[in-house]
Formats: sequence, C-alpha cells, structure tokens
Amino acid sequence: MQIGRKILGASALALMAGTAWAEGELNALVWCDHTDPELIAPFEAKHNVKVNLREYEGTGAALALLEQSRPGDWDVLVVDGIDVFRAVEAGVLAPLPEGAVSTADYFPEVVMAENNTVDGVTYAVTEKFGYNTISYNSAKVDPADMESLSTVWSEKYDGRISIYDYYLPVMGLAAIAEGIATDAIGAGDLAKIDGVLSTMRSRAASVAGVVAAQTALATGEVDIVVGGGEWLTAVLASEQPELTWTIPKEGAVRWAQSIGVVEGASNPDLAVEFIKYITSPEGQARLATSSCFWGMPANAKAGDVLTDVQKDILRWDQQPDYLALTQLYPAPDADLDIEMQDLWLETLQQ
Amino acid sequence: MSKDQVRGWGFVTPALLWTIAFFIVPFVVMGAMSLASLEGRTLVWDLSLANYAKLLEKKYLWRAILVSLEITLTVTVISVVLAYPLAWIIAFRVSPRWQRLALLLAILPFWTSYVVRSYAWLLVLAREGVVNETLMWIGAIAEPITLANTRFATVTGFVHFFVMLLTLTIYANLIQLSPNYRRAAMDLGANAFQTFRHVILPLTLPGIVTGAFLTFVLCIGDYVTPQILGGNTELTVPQVIMVQLGRRADFPLASALAIVLMSIVALAYLLSARWLRLDRL
Repeated sequence: MQIGRKILGASALALMAGTAWAEGELNALVWCDHTDPELIAPFEAKHNVKVNLREYEGTGAALALLEQSRPGDWDVLVVDGIDVFRAVEAGVLAPLPEGAVSTADYFPEVVMAENNTVDGVTYAVTEKFGYNTISYNSAKVDPADMESLSTVWSEKYDGRISIYDYYLPVMGLAAIAEGIATDAIGAGDLAKIDGVLSTMRSRAASVAGVVAAQTALATGEVDIVVGGGEWLTAVLASEQPELTWTIPKEGAVRWAQSIGVVEGASNPDLAVEFIKYITSPEGQARLATSSCFWGMPANAKAGDVLTDVQKDILRWDQQPDYLALTQLYPAPDADLDIEMQDLWLETLQQ
Repeated sequence: MSKDQVRGWGFVTPALLWTIAFFIVPFVVMGAMSLASLEGRTLVWDLSLANYAKLLEKKYLWRAILVSLEITLTVTVISVVLAYPLAWIIAFRVSPRWQRLALLLAILPFWTSYVVRSYAWLLVLAREGVVNETLMWIGAIAEPITLANTRFATVTGFVHFFVMLLTLTIYANLIQLSPNYRRAAMDLGANAFQTFRHVILPLTLPGIVTGAFLTFVLCIGDYVTPQILGGNTELTVPQVIMVQLGRRADFPLASALAIVLMSIVALAYLLSARWLRLDRL
C-alpha cells in the first residue's frame, strides 16, 4: 500500500505541478455546482482570498484523489451525504468545531445528523438536497403516466427514455418500484432489482450523465429521464417550460450533499468560514440556483433570499410532501457496493 | 568508447530517458499494479492473477473486450474502403494544382476539437437532427429513427476522423509510386484491374497497413467517442477502465484491463508487422 501511495502520490504531484497552492488560498474538492462564480466571488471578495476548486464525480474518485494528495493540499470537501462515514473512515474529514455551523434553521429531514456525525463527532453538515426521480417532457408524454413507476418504463415509452448514469439512485428507484426500502437493500434483493433494471434498460435509448441527459431531453432525443429531477430541468425552466419533473406515487430517491473540512487542511479556519458562508441564507440561495444544477437549500432561511420565481421552480411549497415521499440513497457496505456496481455494469452491457 | 560513440549516445540518451521515464517505468508499475488486489479500500500486493481471472468471470468485462474489437475492426475496414479511392483520386485524378487544396480539405476535420466534433455528430444524428429530417423529407422514413446513442453513431464518428488519417497515409504511399510501374504492366498486357490487383495494391499495402494499424490503435483506446456518441448503450474497454478508476478507485483491475488492451495492440502489431512501414508516415 505504501509503495502504491508513493507512486500515486508522485503522479498526483506531477499533475498538480502547475498549480501554485499558496497562503490565503482555499482549496476545495467539490461538485460542479460550487464552481459558479456567482457563488464563490462574494466569499473571495469578503475574505480577500482565492478559492481553488476541483470538480469530481463519485465519492470513490474523491477519496482516491485525497489519498494521493499531500496533507494540506485540500481544505474543503463536498461529499455525498450518505458517504460522510466513508470519508471519516478513510480519515480525510476533520471534526467540525463545536457550534461552528448551526442547523437550527434547516429543514429537519435534511439535517441528517446520523449521517454527518460519527461516534458523536460532527464531521460535516448538509448543504443541498434534491431528488432523483422522473424528469419528462410534458408536451410529449402523458403526465398521468409519470405518476407511477409502473407506467414510466412501460412499452408505451419504448426508446424514449434515458437513464441517469449513476447506479445508486437508479437502483434505489428500481428498489422502490419493487417495494424495497432503499436503506434495506441487501444482496438478496439484487435479483428483483436486476429484473426492473433489465426492463428499464430494454426501453432506454441511452444511459447518460448530467450533461448528456440534459441535452437528450432538451433536444427531444428522449422524452423521459429516469433518475432525473429538479437538478436536471430547473436550469432549462425559462427556455423550455415543458420540461418538468415529478415524484411518482411509489416515491423516489433523495440526494443530499454535505460539506466538511479536510483532515490536515492548510487553512482550517478559512475552511470553516467557507462552510459558514455556504450554509448561510445568502450562500444557500446562490448554491441552490447554481448555473451547473439547481437543488433545494438545506437551510430553510434561504427562502428569504430566493425570489418567488426561483422558489416556484424549486417547488418550495411542495417540499413537505416530497420529503415525506422520498427515501435517501442506498448506502451499501463495501461488498454490497461492488455487487451493485457489477450489476449496474452488466445492465449497461445488455 | 570512441568519440563517435559518445556523440551517438549523446543524441540517443534524451529519447532513451524519455522512453524509460514515460513508457517503461509506467508500464512496469501498471503491470505490477495489475497483480495487486483491492480489499475494501486497501491495496494488497498479493501478486495474483485474480484480476485477469475476473476478465473471464465477469460478463461485462469480457463483453467490453468483444465490443471494443467489433467496433475497432468495423471502423478500420470501413475507413480503408473509403479512404483508398479518395487517396487514389487525390493522387492521380486531381491536377497537381488542386492537390494541395484537396489535402487541406482532407485534414480539415483535425482542426476542430475532438469533443466538439463528437457532440456535433450527436446533434446531426439526433431524432430531430439533419439526417432524420432529410430522410423524412425524401419520404424514406415516416418517423424519426434512432441513430444517436448507438453503435452506428460511434462508428460514424470514428470513421469521419479515421478516413482522413488513412487517406493521408495511403496518399503518401501512392504518390511515391513511379508511373512506370503502371506503364510497364500495361505494356505487358495487363488491364486496369489486373494492374491494380497485381502491381499497385501490393506496392501500396505498406501504406494501407500502416494507416489501418494507426486506426486500430487509436480507435481501440479511445474513450471520448463511444462515451459521447454511444450513449453508454454498450461499454468499451476504455469506458470500463474509467469506471474502475472513477467510481471504485480499483487501480489493479483497471491496470489489468489496460494490459489486455496493450496486448491486443501488440498482437495487431505482430500480425501486421510484415507490411508495417511506420517510417513511411
């Protein structure tokens, strides 16, 4: 492992050779919604610092990158809410100073203390959430069909569906369609999930990432995105209001992203200030309406900053119903995770 | 060591160091990594062939190898069939005055970004794209057909690029042929087809094989085109490698897949070595 780390570390150093990490800079490993200048510029101006952002996809990639980096290379980590414990286990998250960030104004369902706290120590705080559900073109499909998972991937929509290319939410939806709770998925349930995935896959024209799924829906290549949601269609709302989303009666999957300070950060105090800013009503409103993707702010006070139009697009008033109807991502252990990924790849190769 | 030898080593050493640092060492590391395994998130140096065994056990892995080979061979054959006549026309049917312009047109696709070109094809092949619109306008189809996000789209994107590459390599070969070969064949009573079959084709085979080999190598290792145009409806080896790295951080399995990919390229090289003339490029 040591040799591997050294080799990988050397590679990472070589890759980062062009980047001058300096004092007064904050280095954050983030999802693409944090790269919106509208979000970052106010923080940089207030603290007179430069925020260096690096996007990643998938917790595995982030953990690999952090393992390959030198201590102090990164200050802030944005991570899937259900994966905070994995980051803590890997030793890449530092405890948040007690009382540094208040969740008093949060939507109670997304405080997710059980996810952000390990052995009584809080390592992260939820910053944004939303749903992996069904996005569709209301001008091309019958909206009533989208209210039940059983009719979404029916023969009627053969070849008009794209599946979001992330195994956890889509397998979560498949589990929900079979009446299996996402937090109860076990190895024994994979056969049932496989059946649903196979049907879904046989109807699908593509399996697409965020940009490709947005493009496919916007250009009419497909009319439905399984695993889509407000994060997919909200940025297109003004130009193509017919692109919308719903949560079927069986429910859907809820995603949530958390933010924390990286263990050994060079600027831990600045990192905490960044987290305070992101979780403030102003920061939350900007994050919610990021140019990369929209999503609900965890802090309900952001509602005071968002405009009515923005809140309409986010469906602010329907959140209590949505929160009640949705379940968190599946959070498999390492062995089940590999089985789920293998099943996902087998499905893609069908 | 003589002065000439010292000077010779002086010239060779930078290239040698470069090759050692950026090919030999990474290759050895990758080979060693492919013999390790991942237990949870811990890398275990158990020096086993378990990752190679997985290639046979897991259907999606060997299917990825099969898909990659199918796509690559299809692209190579189609590109050669299209490029040869094009190179022939540029070399022998276009006046020297217009040859430069023809060659310029041949390399135009190289001027645009690879990613942009792939996305452009996605729009062209979309259900509401120009191909479907045209087919519907001429009455060939009643409803749009699915062209994007298919193997057809992947092959089209590849062929667009590689026909131009092959045209250049074959053209370079054709233009070196003395017209006396054709004249001599004709003098000996060969018709046009016999001249091509028995004289021109064998003499231009090195150019064809060199271009085809380059097409094979670049195509089988490409990630962008199948990822954008294929719509993840089937996975190639580079796509599966990216999944192992990006989602699982499974460097050992990714390394094993990369070694297999290199072995396939090495095999292709051995099969074509007889005719391969990389110095003709």
